[in-house]
Amino acid sequence: MSAPRVVLVDDHGLFRSGVRAELGRQVEVVGEADDVQPAIDLIGELLPDVVLLDVHLPGGGGQAVVQAVKASHPEVRFLALSASDAPEDVIAVIRAGARGYVTKTISTAELADAVRRVAAGDAVFSHRLAGFVLDAFAGGPTADVKPSFDPELDQLTSREREVLRLIAQGYTYKEIARELFISTKTVESHVSSVLRKLQLSTRHQLTRWAAERRLT
Amino acid sequence: MEHPARWHRDQFPHRGPHWLRNRNGHGGPLRREQADRLGGGVAAGIAAWRGFSPTTVRIVFVLATLVSAGWGVPLYVLAWLFIPMAGAESNIFSKARTDAGGIRLAVGLASLLIFVLLVAGALNGGWFISWAWPQVFSIAGLALIWRNGAEEDQATLRHLLEPLGVATDDVKPNRRSALRLVIAGALMAGGLGWLFSAHASLALLRPLGGVLLVIAAIVLALGPWWLRIARDLALERQAKARAEERVDIAARVHDSVLQTLALIQRRANDPQKVIQLARMQERELRSWLFEGRDPDEANEELTVAGGVRKIQQDVEAKYGVPVEAVTVGDCDLDDNLTALLAAAGEATVNAAKWSGASVISLFAEVEAGEVSVVVRDRGKGFDPETVPEDRKGLAESVRGRMTRRGGTATVTTAPGEGTKVTLKMPRSSLPQRGGLGGSSPRDDPGGSGGMGAPRNKRAGRA
Repeated sequence: MSAPRVVLVDDHGLFRSGVRAELGRQVEVVGEADDVQPAIDLIGELLPDVVLLDVHLPGGGGQAVVQAVKASHPEVRFLALSASDAPEDVIAVIRAGARGYVTKTISTAELADAVRRVAAGDAVFSHRLAGFVLDAFAGGPTADVKPSFDPELDQLTSREREVLRLIAQGYTYKEIARELFISTKTVESHVSSVLRKLQLSTRHQLTRWAAERRLT
Repeated sequence: MEHPARWHRDQFPHRGPHWLRNRNGHGGPLRREQADRLGGGVAAGIAAWRGFSPTTVRIVFVLATLVSAGWGVPLYVLAWLFIPMAGAESNIFSKARTDAGGIRLAVGLASLLIFVLLVAGALNGGWFISWAWPQVFSIAGLALIWRNGAEEDQATLRHLLEPLGVATDDVKPNRRSALRLVIAGALMAGGLGWLFSAHASLALLRPLGGVLLVIAAIVLALGPWWLRIARDLALERQAKARAEERVDIAARVHDSVLQTLALIQRRANDPQKVIQLARMQERELRSWLFEGRDPDEANEELTVAGGVRKIQQDVEAKYGVPVEAVTVGDCDLDDNLTALLAAAGEATVNAAKWSGASVISLFAEVEAGEVSVVVRDRGKGFDPETVPEDRKGLAESVRGRMTRRGGTATVTTAPGEGTKVTLKMPRSSLPQRGGLGGSSPRDDPGGSGGMGAPRNKRAGRA
């Protein structure tokens, strides 16, 4: 497979040039943008495979970019990057349609791997995001929640929980596959299914949970 | 009134009786307060001087004015004249004494008012006249302030006199304010006519209705302006709060971030130390910015999440190995969970010391029935059969801590495969905190022992 074409969206020029220098050999960085509107224009023009997107942007946050681009170009995939790790930011950008989330302290090799994974249509969860999801989906659906059109969306299967726990413990997909005696493809499909639930579930706890995490 | 210079020279000339002092008062000389002023800043000044709330002082002042039939207003104006502004050395009066034009204006205005009041008194007396007499002094004082006050005082006066300006052609009248004035005037005329025609023989209701009409007229005429004053005051408070926050942030950034950056520059040739410093600072800043938590908070480790954070910080600071910590759910600590965290801390230290891994994963999950902690590294691992005696001792002590309290400890490892220590502790029936559950007060005293020092005080019970 040829190197994925990547657009970097981050308001810090220093960070962009750093990522570009590090990823240079493994992916093809075709463009950079530093704010919401320029990013939307640039992505519409270049149609990259993957957009590396900072969660915090001055002109409205990363989810604004995801929403605007998804409307016209649903095939563009987003990988969210954040320095904040604040759950409500991360959950918001994932629910807007990003295929994954990693922290900015991630190593170059892991970042390149994550970009390739997202380009191939898989989901990428950092250990922090896995922890958030486990927390947000803890317990069964409560009575005050209007269930989704598909009630399965509101709960994780025990296998999915197991996969998430291992991600939160820093396991790679390959290691998870070996630990659970399943194939890497199966691990990937579990993670994608969790991502789908995260994006489509109407559990309002997701939002409430994220807000509470910030307050306490 | 004493000579104005004394205000400055004497440190505490106005300590006042003890019972009048609140411990929040600043104890310095009485000054008009600039920041929180409505009029001349007298009430705010007295409030700051004596440590009361400005609102209380204002209410007392208004009540005193009502009781004394209007004498509060000239008193206030006098205070405005004679009390220097905060930060200033002299009062307005010392300047006004030499202002011949200002004195002429004040005397002129006062005499005009006296004339009007004499005429009004001859026609029809009543309470209105007795209330208006003290204002002869007020108007003279205000004229002096207007001529000689600082810029702020003049701005305040302009603000206070604005509605009179609307009545004259001072301000371009727009249609709405004109309509408002016409209605107010009509109501006022009707109300006054009612009042004057109401003689004692008629029912009591009629003068009452007139009073109501007059009040309605005043509210209609002055209401928007009052609202504007209130809004300006609120805006000023907000600006003050923002300024304070900026100072706070600047202090925080200086204390932590700039200090760390300086340290990093000095240690630039020691990458391990630089990473360690950067991570420590990152964590501290993040917890303050995004989680609103002060890193120095004392009761930090009273919950599982707090304890995990403490392990992470301690190990990173001591051994320089990054610890990726994830906590799912949270609950208060009891003796068992304190022991669990102590064991987890020991396992983490063990991994940092021996595994050679570049990063350690620390995962804690609070479930309804049990709390589990997984400490994992991708380091060199070991053969459990052939462990050196010192390392076996550590593994045993981790296991010992757990089993004594009804928990379990499993160690999975092989040479070259890394090590994974899984600790599980059943929960007693404490309510869950954080996560999706509600919160419970942090009143459990059992958890303050922290890692590495299990509390043995109540160990006999277990």
